[in-house]
Amino acid sequence: MKQKWPLWLAAFVLFFLYLPIVVLIANSFNESRFGGVWTGFSLKWYEKLWNERAIWSALSNSLLIGALSTVVATVLGTLAALALYKYKSFLQKTHFGLIYIPLIIPDILMGVSLLLFFVSLKWSLGLFTVFIAHTTFCISYVAMLVRARLDNFDKALVEAAYDLGANAWEVFYRVMIPYLSPAILAGALLAFTLSIDDFVITFFIVGPGVTTLPIYVYSMIKFGSPPLINALSTVLIIVTFCIVWLSHHLSEKK
Amino acid sequence: MRKRAREIAMTLPSYGWLVLFFLIPTILVFAYAFKGTNTISSIFGPEYAVILWRTIWLSSVTTIVCLSLALPLGYFLARAQARIQKLFLLLVIMPFWSSFLVRIFAWKTLLHPEGMLRKTLTFLHIIDADTFLLYNLGTVLVVMIYSYLPFAILPIYAQSVKFNYSLIEAAQDLGATETSAFFKVFLPGIGKGILTAAVLVFIPSIGAYVIPDVVGGTSSEMIGNKIAQRIFIDRNLPQASALSSLLCLVVLVPIAISAYLHRRQVR
Repeated sequence: MKQKWPLWLAAFVLFFLYLPIVVLIANSFNESRFGGVWTGFSLKWYEKLWNERAIWSALSNSLLIGALSTVVATVLGTLAALALYKYKSFLQKTHFGLIYIPLIIPDILMGVSLLLFFVSLKWSLGLFTVFIAHTTFCISYVAMLVRARLDNFDKALVEAAYDLGANAWEVFYRVMIPYLSPAILAGALLAFTLSIDDFVITFFIVGPGVTTLPIYVYSMIKFGSPPLINALSTVLIIVTFCIVWLSHHLSEKK
Repeated sequence: MRKRAREIAMTLPSYGWLVLFFLIPTILVFAYAFKGTNTISSIFGPEYAVILWRTIWLSSVTTIVCLSLALPLGYFLARAQARIQKLFLLLVIMPFWSSFLVRIFAWKTLLHPEGMLRKTLTFLHIIDADTFLLYNLGTVLVVMIYSYLPFAILPIYAQSVKFNYSLIEAAQDLGATETSAFFKVFLPGIGKGILTAAVLVFIPSIGAYVIPDVVGGTSSEMIGNKIAQRIFIDRNLPQASALSSLLCLVVLVPIAISAYLHRRQVR
């Protein structure tokens, strides 16, 4: 390229995307309570973080809900994708609408609507309602990913299996599932990440007394001490970056 | 008949779940909006008109800025070396995978009155000593652009890769400058990507709640904040529902427009 400015633009965008994260990570090692001045390197915020008991219960709640809703959403989403692929009826058109619309509406709407629903049914808000909500939005993501892979499916594989004497169950179990497994796995991973990360919907329906990790982070942002959140955020960022890096590395190898 | 039964058996789990926990709750929002006296008329008062207008223009500016950064980026990136393309995309996606709350909090640290950025800018006399970087409209705008920029970059890049760049050369051979070729050949060529990007940025912006709540002040509240206040502060569920229904209708407009344009393009 003759021009220099595309490079500057790319550099600017990356700078913009990374500046806040870099400053946050740097500050988590700053001994001072206020980020403005650097008074020395220190790990004391990490030590304090380690001793916060509430974090551990929030984390275990998040992992529990993440695991449960991932399993349910992955099963329902995969079935939905297969139904959408196999049948082209009016029923499937409305089915597609039901799966697609949750992806595009703002999450605050889903939070409000589920709150009204649970309140009208007089269900008590807690971990169970959070599980319902997370499963609801995760189904759509899994279904879309699995469906995308089905679009490239070679139907001759199914016919070949039948010709070789397989029954419908064997075709499903030994042809479809192995073919779809990368997409199912990707869907499950995405569902788990979305569940662990969700704040807005959870905030509306969690009720008092129960915390998930994002709810805990939010209450810390609002009322807690900034250096502690810096440290917690740094841990979260490093963990996610490692996971993304690893999954990128694994997919590269295949 | 057996085929039909099997279809229903496969469809029912997800269909039933989504009807119960998505469709019925959504209908309930509209139903609640009509509960209570004067709920509908109350949300059309001047108090909410200001907020609605602010929400719409903040979202529009966010969309325009994200597109104008993503379009030239996509244009050049799609022609860069494969290795650079991969690296850049990975770098764009990485922060996007870390917690949304954490990224917004990072801005709060960055722009904090005692923070590095404000001190540096005051030292360089770019801003004067009593300018605050947090809790105003500009902050909300910058953080919204920051949060939703990847939603614009990815679909535009995906479409740019499919674009046939020899068309640009052809236009230049016919006497167009690269700039006019960009506007007259490239932009219409990746129309679908632009449309997707615009919808993907505009819709979450309209429903933004956490960003104005964490880095904004009272002068930068959006509809999302008002919905949350009605629910958490005064437990006025009918008014919260009326506002949510309004939000829902505002969101449907860009979806309908993009569906219409999409259909026209396919034809």
